[in-house]
Amino acid sequence: MTEFLLGAAAFVLGTVALGLVRLLRGPGNADRMLAAQLLGTGGVAVLLLLGVASGVRATADIALVLALLAAFASVAFVTGANRPDGEPVDAREGLDGQDAG
Amino acid sequence: MRLALDIWSVFAVTLGALFFLAGTVGLLRFPDTLTRLHALTKADNLGLGLVMLGLLPQVSSPLGWIGLIAVWLLTLLSGATVGQLLAGAVRPPDWDRASARDRDAGPSHD
Amino acid sequence: MTSALVLDAALVLLVLDLAIWITAARSAYGAVVGFVAYGLVMALIWVRLAAVDVALTEAALGSGLTGLLLLGAAARLAPYESAETASGPGRALRLLIGLLCAAVVAGLAAVVLLLPDPAPTLAPKVAENLPPTGVLNPVTGVLLAHRAIDTLLETVVLVPALIGVWSLALDPGWSGRPGSLTPLRTGGPLTLLAQVLPPFGILVAIHLVWVGADDPGGKFQGATVLAAMWVLVLVAGLRRPPCVTSRPLRLVLVFGPLLFIAIGVAGIWLADAFLAYPEGYAKPLILAIEAALTISVAAVLGLLIAGQPTGEPQSGHRSGARP
Repeated sequence: MTEFLLGAAAFVLGTVALGLVRLLRGPGNADRMLAAQLLGTGGVAVLLLLGVASGVRATADIALVLALLAAFASVAFVTGANRPDGEPVDAREGLDGQDAG
Repeated sequence: MRLALDIWSVFAVTLGALFFLAGTVGLLRFPDTLTRLHALTKADNLGLGLVMLGLLPQVSSPLGWIGLIAVWLLTLLSGATVGQLLAGAVRPPDWDRASARDRDAGPSHD
Repeated sequence: MTSALVLDAALVLLVLDLAIWITAARSAYGAVVGFVAYGLVMALIWVRLAAVDVALTEAALGSGLTGLLLLGAAARLAPYESAETASGPGRALRLLIGLLCAAVVAGLAAVVLLLPDPAPTLAPKVAENLPPTGVLNPVTGVLLAHRAIDTLLETVVLVPALIGVWSLALDPGWSGRPGSLTPLRTGGPLTLLAQVLPPFGILVAIHLVWVGADDPGGKFQGATVLAAMWVLVLVAGLRRPPCVTSRPLRLVLVFGPLLFIAIGVAGIWLADAFLAYPEGYAKPLILAIEAALTISVAAVLGLLIAGQPTGEPQSGHRSGARP
């Protein structure tokens, strides 16, 4: 069972890695915003699997913290908090082929 | 009984992992940010739910069950609201159908 | 090939890829997103190495909070980015930097790989001296009993850091409220999130601090979660950031470190050394310090994200360009 759970964790990690490839390259900032969501859900799944496989209860706490902070990171992306001119990330910039930066 | 629980765990976790894969495939193949967001939030959250259901029999203490379910509910809640937020950022909430044709002629068709 | 090996290999490959991406990314924004992903994968590696406290801190502070601060920095620097990259170091210099970094990595790898087996460690000594502290988590024991002076200095240094951020304010803004978190449009989902998430966040933070005595957890992680919830409420526009001159705010900021110092000084009389705990009172004192520090550190972290005071009118909408 431990072997299986670790294998499942490796598999989910693989899918997260694949998704990251897309998001980090994805044209425009809109796709990069999705990264927070992907890492949050995928990371929580991997952590839960690792936690049950290793029997360390505290790993679920890490998953809990991750779930809370992933939502927060997405909010920060979206509201453009801390952008100097207050503009939220213009998701449409870069969609017509120009990379925003 | 133990064997039945283990079989359930293997089944649910495998199904959950496959949903994660489906979500990532959607992420890689869909043409547009909104559709990618859809694949990401729906498929990945479903995968997480199945993984969580599969892990429940493997944890022996009730506190552990509460922990797993709490994590899942929190991820579900934040995933749902964040999905709406991200979608609103890509397509502003004051988008109206009249100007949709003008906008759709632009970037979101490629 | 066991699944553990596959998992570990996947983690190592992923972290190396992310490190290369961060170094090679063309925009600061992309690099920061890569950094957040990198922090998460590091947290997973720490879990695999059975260092759950470090993993918790990495996920909360290293990836979450620092990622957020870097995101703000990348956003502020965006207008100047093309000019900066144009005047950056030339190819030869970059090659030299790369070689020197590789040399440092090789040196560290050599040191780790050439360690005698079993490697020298203080773990048995810590385990021996843990019972008098009353806590079961050796990390908490070391941080708050054996090496409490380090933790004291770490928490005290946060206050000058905050003062440093505040000192970036322009003169007219000095006594105002931090202005960089005002949302442009307050939407339905954001308000919902900011109303529903914080109660859970507070519960999780209390859980982390309470459980930190015997299990992985502790004040920094709890404080990060609290700070994140507070910033969420600010960003959604449900509350305004506090004025930086407000006395209750300043009291909250210094309360934790002051309590820590007071207990340390009291230790000189009661237990013969600065920061020594009297016999039998170690655990309650540690819990009191942790509780007070959680609140202070949470306030400091939240204000660090909120940025410097701008003194602009806070009506929920940004007013024009900055002076």
